[in-house]
Amino acid sequence: MSNVIDFGRMSCPLPLGERDRVLLGHGSGGKMSAELIQNTFLPAWDNPVLSALEDQATLDLSSWVRQNGNQTPRLAFTTDSFVVQPLFFPGGDIGKLAVHGTVNDLAVGGAIPQFLSAAFILEEGLLIDDLRRIVASMRAACADAGIMLVTGDTKVVNRGKGDQIFITTSGIGWVPAGRTLSIHHARPGDRILISGTIGDHGVTIMSQREGIEFETVLKSDCAPLNGLTEAMLEACPQIRCMRDPTRGGVSSSLNELATASKVGIKLQESRLPIRREVRGACEMLGLDPLYVANEGKLIAVVPAEATDKVLDAMRRHPYGKDAAEIGTVVADHPDMVVLKSVIGGERVVTMLAGEQLPRIC
Amino acid sequence: MRFQDEYRDPVAAAKLQTAIARVATRPWTIMEVCGGQTHTIVKYGIDELLPPQVELVHGPGCPVCVTPLELIDKAIAIAGRPEVIFCSFGDMLRVPGSQSDLFSTKASGGDIRVVYSPLDCLKIAEQNPHRVVVFFAVGFETTAPANAMAVAQAKKRNLNNFAVLVSHVIVPPAMTAILSSPNNRVQGFLGAGHVCAVMGYEEYIPIAEEFQIPIVVTGFEPLDLLEGIYECICMLEQNRIGVGNQYSRAVRREGSPLAIQLIHDVFEVGDRKWRGIGTIPNSGYRLAPAYEQFDAEQRFDVAQFAVQESELCISGQILQGIKKPHQCQAFCKTCTPEHPLGATMVSSEGACAAYYNYGRLRHPMAVGSETYQIHRRDRIGNVTLD
Repeated sequence: MSNVIDFGRMSCPLPLGERDRVLLGHGSGGKMSAELIQNTFLPAWDNPVLSALEDQATLDLSSWVRQNGNQTPRLAFTTDSFVVQPLFFPGGDIGKLAVHGTVNDLAVGGAIPQFLSAAFILEEGLLIDDLRRIVASMRAACADAGIMLVTGDTKVVNRGKGDQIFITTSGIGWVPAGRTLSIHHARPGDRILISGTIGDHGVTIMSQREGIEFETVLKSDCAPLNGLTEAMLEACPQIRCMRDPTRGGVSSSLNELATASKVGIKLQESRLPIRREVRGACEMLGLDPLYVANEGKLIAVVPAEATDKVLDAMRRHPYGKDAAEIGTVVADHPDMVVLKSVIGGERVVTMLAGEQLPRIC
Repeated sequence: MRFQDEYRDPVAAAKLQTAIARVATRPWTIMEVCGGQTHTIVKYGIDELLPPQVELVHGPGCPVCVTPLELIDKAIAIAGRPEVIFCSFGDMLRVPGSQSDLFSTKASGGDIRVVYSPLDCLKIAEQNPHRVVVFFAVGFETTAPANAMAVAQAKKRNLNNFAVLVSHVIVPPAMTAILSSPNNRVQGFLGAGHVCAVMGYEEYIPIAEEFQIPIVVTGFEPLDLLEGIYECICMLEQNRIGVGNQYSRAVRREGSPLAIQLIHDVFEVGDRKWRGIGTIPNSGYRLAPAYEQFDAEQRFDVAQFAVQESELCISGQILQGIKKPHQCQAFCKTCTPEHPLGATMVSSEGACAAYYNYGRLRHPMAVGSETYQIHRRDRIGNVTLD
């Protein structure tokens, strides 16, 4: 038996100043909340509006007015909540998704994203390190998209009452004069373009989820599309409409478009850009890529004569290099999306009724 | 993608389409048995590529469609129990029982999980020793070997907290029932390729001979279907009776002896109720006595559940190819894909759901309107409208 005391194995019984997990106290509005903001959020978003720590962000719009020919610009305003599991997945995480999701909702309306808010609902027990990783990722995503996070909020819920972390972001952008993109503007003869391969995000998430032991080399396509939309609108200011086909996939976006514009849409199956891995995974899981979510893709409806010009502009941009023309707007079968299959038959592509479910056979 | 694109080649499809039009000199009604084949037909619009004299009828081979109402009710009763983790293939969750569906049970607190393999359930059972894991063992002979394997493994591993709610159906008795019906219109069958990959096709030879029909075992890709249809029409035109095998890359005459042995070890053949059709003798599997301990119906005392189908729904006649969806008074009125009354509107590959969608394309004004009139002969989805 040794009498030597091993000091290296001893630890101080006083509580540590910093916790490794989120506690209920972090949402109390008191000292612990302030600590969380000071140590985790503020260092990531060091900008004068946020650091002022007012109850609200005060925004100066004078530069927009100048850029808009001294006219008050129209504002675009959107909000979205993010609840993805797993929190971290190949190609992204919930933080990156929360920033780009809102950026893209602004961008596809022709808006130039400017300001972002983020509200966090944290579940007691979430690892502070995970939260830091998510915040760092959001910071990088904001820089990538050129948007400024100007206000935020944090709440903590009891363990078991949340799913680690929920994030809600809202975004404000301004719409330059003359841009009137709308889901109601598609006209017969217009062409439908897509900015790249479909289904990458949804299949990546599904392959990561517990219970599906199915590995792919896929990455989520999560990306900010505002650079791409600007390039496209520069090439063709008359673009009728753009949508980002997130939940519900390409089929939901196109069905909404057909209904709103009272037109039919004809798709060519052979022209749909789908990665081999996504096709393979969908075949095995009994899913249809047209219904699988995307997080870095957009659909554009463009006048027929501008198709090549817009496609060129898309393909020159890193987030549009696999862009393709996938269909046409028609006057026939209004309110319906019809797909011509690779072997020449046709079928109606309906809206997803509920969740897309793997089939037995 | 290899081993897939080859079977979706448009040039080869066009050749087969021409060949079918050339050989079909008379009207023929062919039934594809399997829901997977129906899915391909609907997804690729294969029925539209056929000449008007060839009519495809969707058979009862969609396991979601034919699972009887009371079994869904039993599943819901079991899944709602606090000690149960209920595991199922995904598409069963949406199927309505008499009052509710499994999705609603999940929302009310039932622990319901989608699995891709019954063997996943054994892992869940091992991880949750204080709860009972119940697997909804649904399907035809195709899913039977994996389900049998799960039960056999559970017994080997002494997993007492695992049970199966069995609703296994068998194809040949259903084909016999359809052919025996006085209203039968089916003149030839496309046999279910995956079922035959397991069971082989010897058991279809007596059916072909008894009813003097051709049966062509067929695969699931568009070219498989077109080739199966072509072979079936050739046999019909030449009055040849017997079993052909279009799907030879997967199906052998004797099937998979190992899989068959496993099925026969764990299950025994018994009468089974089919949704919309009724009880067909010897048309299903139930657990053999040696495996009764894994029977969820006994464990949870739900064996006596009995439910009446909607009286309005004629899905039984539709599944047998006797009536057409638009001949049902509930079609598009009280029965839609969002609120299905019966089997054939539930699954996307069910005849009524397919017809609903295709009807929208061909007759945009017709659906849902009281003046649903068809004035011309036209093939829509799986049926012929007169």
